[in-house]
Amino acid sequence: MKIHEHQAKEILAKYGVPVPKGIVAYSVDEAVKAAEELGGGVVVKAQIHAGGRGKGGGVKLAANPQETREKAEKILGMTLVTHQTGPEGRLVQRLLIEEQMPIDKEFYAGIVLDRAIGKLVFMASSEGGMDIEEVAAHTPEKILKEVIEPGMGLQAYQARNLAFGMGIPVGSINAAVQTMQALAKAYEAIDASLAEINPLLLTKDGRIIALDAKIAIDDNALFRHKDLAALRDLSEEDPLEVEASKYGLNYIKLDGTVACMVNGAGLAMATMDIVQYAGGSPANFLDVGGGANEEQIRNAFRILLSDANVKAIFINIFGGILRCDTLANGVVKAARELDVKVPIVVRMEGTNVDLGKQILRESGLNFGLADGMKDGAEKVVALAK
Amino acid sequence: MSVLVDKNTRLIVQGFTGKEGTFHATQALAYGTNVVGGVTPGKGGALHLEKPVFNTVADAVKDTGANATVIFVPPPFAADAILEAASANIALIVCITEGIPALDMAKVWATIKNGPSRLIGPNCPGVISPGKCKIGIMPAHIHKEGRVGVISRSGTLTYEAVGQLTALGIGQSTCIGIGGDPIIGTNHTDALKLLLADPDTDAIIMIGEIGGDAEEAAAKYYAESGSTKPIVGFIAGQTAPEGRRMGHAGAIISGSSGKASDKMAAMEAAKITVCKTPAELGASMQSRMREAGLLN
Repeated sequence: MKIHEHQAKEILAKYGVPVPKGIVAYSVDEAVKAAEELGGGVVVKAQIHAGGRGKGGGVKLAANPQETREKAEKILGMTLVTHQTGPEGRLVQRLLIEEQMPIDKEFYAGIVLDRAIGKLVFMASSEGGMDIEEVAAHTPEKILKEVIEPGMGLQAYQARNLAFGMGIPVGSINAAVQTMQALAKAYEAIDASLAEINPLLLTKDGRIIALDAKIAIDDNALFRHKDLAALRDLSEEDPLEVEASKYGLNYIKLDGTVACMVNGAGLAMATMDIVQYAGGSPANFLDVGGGANEEQIRNAFRILLSDANVKAIFINIFGGILRCDTLANGVVKAARELDVKVPIVVRMEGTNVDLGKQILRESGLNFGLADGMKDGAEKVVALAK
Repeated sequence: MSVLVDKNTRLIVQGFTGKEGTFHATQALAYGTNVVGGVTPGKGGALHLEKPVFNTVADAVKDTGANATVIFVPPPFAADAILEAASANIALIVCITEGIPALDMAKVWATIKNGPSRLIGPNCPGVISPGKCKIGIMPAHIHKEGRVGVISRSGTLTYEAVGQLTALGIGQSTCIGIGGDPIIGTNHTDALKLLLADPDTDAIIMIGEIGGDAEEAAAKYYAESGSTKPIVGFIAGQTAPEGRRMGHAGAIISGSSGKASDKMAAMEAAKITVCKTPAELGASMQSRMREAGLLN
C-alpha cells in the first residue's frame, strides 16, 4: 500500500528523521493559510502516489502567501502526468506546503528487501535527487549498501560506513547516522515494503533533512497496523481495483480488450501472456483465487464488464480446489443476471471438468468452449477483433 | 525414488482441526499419505480424522516420529508455526499459508536457514511424489507416477504443466511448488539441485515468474553443473506492467531486475528450452525427452 509524501514524513518524523516544517492543504485557502503560518518562502508540492512530480509541474516555489495562492490554484485540481502515472495522469487533490530549505548537497537513502538473501538492505548514494534505478544502471559503484540483520536494525558503524562513504562532511556525520538509523527503525516498526528518502539533504548550515520521502507498506502486515491502514487513499487507486478488493479478488486494470478471469496468480499472468502471444491485448489481470464461490465469480464478472474497452472475455480455470462445476454454475448465473453482451470463451480443466462443460453447454447461452489454453486464447482474440 | 517426500514420509498437520487443515488432511489420507497426526493448541488429546491431535509440535514429534509437517495456519500465526516446527527439528516443513508479512519471514529465515529443517514455501501448493505421498493443496488426480520433476513458484501453473504431461502419458517423479513470496525456504536452485541429483528424475520442468533473480541463478547453476538432464522452462508475466504487484507478493518488477525477458534469456543461454506460452510445456518436454532417448 502506497501512502502520500506528507504521511510518510509524519511517520518518519515520529521515529526521529528530521523533515522540513510542513502543512497539508486540501484547498487554495488552506494552502495560503499554511504559507502564512510557516512564514517566508515555501514549496507547494502536489501530493499524488507517483514520482516525477517536479518535472511534471507539480512542485513550485513560492516566495510569499500571494505567490502561494497563485501556485496552489495552478496545481490543485490539475491532472499531473509523470513517467509513473501513465498518460492519463493523476488528479491533484491535496498539497503539501513546506518551508524552503537552504540546499547545499543532495544524497540518497533507501531500504529494500533483497530477496536473494532474505534481508533488508540499506542503500545510500552521493547521487541524490535522481532516480536510483538510473544510478544503479549507469554508475552502480556510487550506490553503497549495508545488510541489516533481521531484528538487529541498522548498526551505528554501518550508518557511519555509509555516511563517510557518500561524502557527508565530518561535522554532519552524527546527524546523518542518526537519520539513517531512524529510517531503518521506522521501516521495521511500520512493516514497510519500501522506504526512500530522495533527496536526503545537507543544508548550508550542516543539517541533514529528508526533503522528499516515499513509503509503501506491506499489505500482508496491515492486519497489525490499523492506524496505517487508515492512511489508504482510495482516490489514488483505480476504482475497479478498489471494488475488486472488497470481494477478495485480485484485479489489476490494463488497457487491452480481452478480459481475463483466471484462478491462481501465475496462471493469470500466463493467461495475459498467451492472449498477447495470440495477437490480442489483455484488459486486466484477475485472480479469483483457489476457493472462489458463485458470489465472487458474479462480482468478478461485473467488474470485468464495467471496463468499457472489453470486447471479449476469456475464462481460464484449472480446477483444483475450485471445482469446474462450481465455476460453471457461477458463470451461467452471472451471464444471465448481468445480460452479458460480449462473447465469452471458457477453457476449463481439472476437477469435475466434464460436469462443468455440461452445465455450460446446457445453459443455452452462447459460450465458446476451448480445448486448451492456446485454443482458448486464439478463439477469444479472434472474437475481440 | 523421488525427492523430499515418499512412502517413508510421516506427516503431521499444523492447523489440523481448522477448515483448510481438515479438508486437505482428508485429501492427503485418501491419496495414501501417511498422516500420523496434527497440532492444534488447546485440543491436544482429541482425535481428528481418527488421528491424534497434539498441543505442540514437540509433543507430536515425540509421540508419532513425524518427519514432515504441513502448515495451514492463518498469516498472523504462520511465522510462529514455522519456528515451532523448526525447533522440533522436523526434516521437512511445508508452509501453504499465503500472506505472511515479509519482515516476519525475514526473521524466520534468518533463524532457521542454517538448521536441520528444510522449508518449502510459504505461499505454495506443496510437494507431491505421485503414487507415494501428497503434501499440500494440489488436485491429486491430474498426477501420474513417472520420471519428470516439476519446479514452480505458482500453483495453478504447476497443475497446467502436470496436466499436460499426464495427458501425454508422461509421469512425474516429484512436483515441488516452491512458493510465490519474496522470501521462501527452498528456491529454484535448491529444488533443481535435488532433482538433478535424483537418479529417478530424467528431465525437469522449471516454471518461474517475474520478480527477483532466482530463475537466472538456477539457470546458471544448471549450466555449470554439466548435467545432461533436459530442462523445459516458462516465465509468467511477460506482459506484466512494471512496478505492479501481480497477485504474488514476490512478482514485482523493480527497476531493471526481475523482468521476464532477462530470465528467459538466462535460461536459453543455459540450454533450457524456454516456452513462449505455458500451453507448450508438455509437448516441448515430450520432444526434448525423445531427442534424449528418454521416451519413445
